[in-house]
Formats: sequence, structure tokens, C-alpha cells
Amino acid sequence: MSEILKAFLRLRRGPWEMLASILIAVGVVMLMQPFFLALYTWSFIVILVGTVMFLIVSHFPE
Amino acid sequence: MVKSTITRAAHATPEPVAARVRGLSDRAIAWIFVAPTLFLLLAVNIFPLIWTIRLSFTNYRVNRPNRDIEWIGLRNYERILTDADVWQTMQATAHFLIWTIVLQVLIGFALAWLINSKFRSSNFWTTVIVLPMMLSPAVVGNFWTFLYQPQIGLFNHAVAFFTGVDPASFSMIGDVHLAPWAIVIADTWMWTPFVMLICLAGLRSIPASIYEAAECDRASKWRQFWTITVPMVLPFLMLAVLFRGIENFKMFDLVVQLTGGGPGNTTTLTSIDLKREAFERWRTGYASAYAVILFVTVFGLASIYVKALNKVKER
Repeated sequence: MSEILKAFLRLRRGPWEMLASILIAVGVVMLMQPFFLALYTWSFIVILVGTVMFLIVSHFPE
Repeated sequence: MVKSTITRAAHATPEPVAARVRGLSDRAIAWIFVAPTLFLLLAVNIFPLIWTIRLSFTNYRVNRPNRDIEWIGLRNYERILTDADVWQTMQATAHFLIWTIVLQVLIGFALAWLINSKFRSSNFWTTVIVLPMMLSPAVVGNFWTFLYQPQIGLFNHAVAFFTGVDPASFSMIGDVHLAPWAIVIADTWMWTPFVMLICLAGLRSIPASIYEAAECDRASKWRQFWTITVPMVLPFLMLAVLFRGIENFKMFDLVVQLTGGGPGNTTTLTSIDLKREAFERWRTGYASAYAVILFVTVFGLASIYVKALNKVKER
């Protein structure tokens, strides 16, 4: 667990890309789920944050 | 001495031009070659994208070009993301996307597996299977409309033959529960051959020696399938899913021809809704915000998918 935290703090690509991917995936599920309108409302901001984060962190060192 | 064509051309170049060319660095020459492409890319892709993002913050209507454009901030996004009808189109798109991909991958892979086993006249059957893919979506939409007719449609009669229900008792494109499946079936019929072709390329790229080695190790056919075939075809399969996913996310023509988005709005996919907002209700700013939401979603999904694809390829 502490290794992952250290990798986050050292700005390494792996964990940050994983976090961005999770955000995008969660956002898409929120966008298309048929249960709660509130989740749909907040879905775009989650996808946007994930996508922008993905673009930035893909330039971090391995 | 006979001069070569190149030498003659070089001598024929006027001295001021020749001097200018001689003075260019490799980098400058590279830029001269790349610049037209770069310019076209900026003009055709980047500029419209930036313009759309800008319009998404305004109340611009393209049918009222003389009206003042008002900057309304995030109001378009707010309207879209709190609209239950748009939410419903997202769900219809998700249903269409998930089921078409699942069915196309399963049937496409099974067909590729069969074709790869090289039976008699397999080439003829490959051509027959690939035919639907070559048709125009408008044509496919049109004749599936006939196939789905309750009174005369072959589809209804085929279902009646296997299940015993009255063919006139159900309407695939008129029933709110069946219409989403009607578009899934038509799209699967049309695009399964595409997935099959990609899987076939993957299957044919596996060297026979690997299977021979597995036979020597007495691996069963089942084990060979899961430990050789599936891992080696997976990058191809993922590529097919990527292509079909992006294509189906923006599906328009086939569905418009088949159901027109109805009954109600049960088969109104996002691209159909977007087109209506932009060119029937003329809410250009709103439609731009809608387009930006779809763009970011597809871009984000494609990014993580390509990352996953690269990881599979590295294995």
C-alpha cells in the first residue's frame, strides 16, 4: 500500500494512469446507468477530469 | 560527355531559386513537406473542434445568424446533464453498444473459427458471409424494415416457425420492448463479417508449430484453445471491439432508416438526438455542448482502451 502511495507522490506514470482510467470508466458507467439521474448529472465532470488527467499523466516518467 | 537528366535539370534551375534551395536546412525542408498536412489537419480537425467548444458556451442558433450571440457559460451543459430525455438516449446507446459488441464478437469469432478450419468451398462461404458488410446502411435499413413487417416479413415468419407464435402478433419495429433488439439484430447481421475478418487474420497468423508442440505435450483441444488461440487472437479481437465500439457509438444511418428513433424515443441513439437538436430544433449551442460531451466520452474510453490493447500486445 505504501509503495503505491510512494509511486503516486513520486509522480510515476503507472498508478496515475490507473487512477485516470478508473475515473473514466466510472464516469462512463455513471453516464449510461439507468438508475440515478444524479449520477448521470455528475458523470461528465468525472469523465472530463479522468481524460484530462490521463493526457497529463501519460507524459510522466515510467 | 552525355549529361544525366538530373544534371540537366539542375543546370536549368534559375540561379536565384537554386541558391535559395541550397540555403535550406534539412529541418526547413522537412517542415515544407509537413506543413500542408499540418495545415489541413488544423483546418479540418482542430479548428472545428475548438469552434464547437466555443459555441457550446453560447446560445447561438445557426438559423438566426444575425441575432446577437450571448455567452451563457455552462448552462447548455447543465441542461443536457439534467435532462431525463438525453439520459434515456444514453441508455439506449449503451444497450445498443453493449449488445452489438457482445453478439458480433461471439458470432464473428465462431464464424472465423469455422472458416479457418478449411472445409470444402470455404472461400465461397467467406464471400457470402462478407456480403452484408459491403452493402450501404441505407439499403440494409430498408430491407430489414421489410423483413420485420408483421404480415409479410420473413423474420416474423421465421420466429413463428420456430416458436409457434402468430407472426402478425408482434412487430419488431413497432414495439417499445422489441425495437431496441431490432436495431441490434440488423447491426449484428451487417457488421459481424467485419469482426470475423479481423479474427480470421488473427487465427491465420498463429504458427501451426505452436499447435504441433501442444499436441506433443498432449494438450487437449480445449486447453489449446484457451492457452494458444485466445491469447494470440486477443489483440486482433480488441482492435475489432475498438473499431466497432467507436462506430456504434456514433451509429446513425442504419437506425434512422430502420426505426427513425421510435417508437417514442426507445431507439433514439445519441447521434440521432444530436442531429435533431442541431438541424431540426436549430439549437446550435446546445448541440455543440452535446457533441463535446460525446467527444470527451469517446476520447476517454478510446484512451484507456488503447492503453489496454498495448499491454496485451506487449505480453
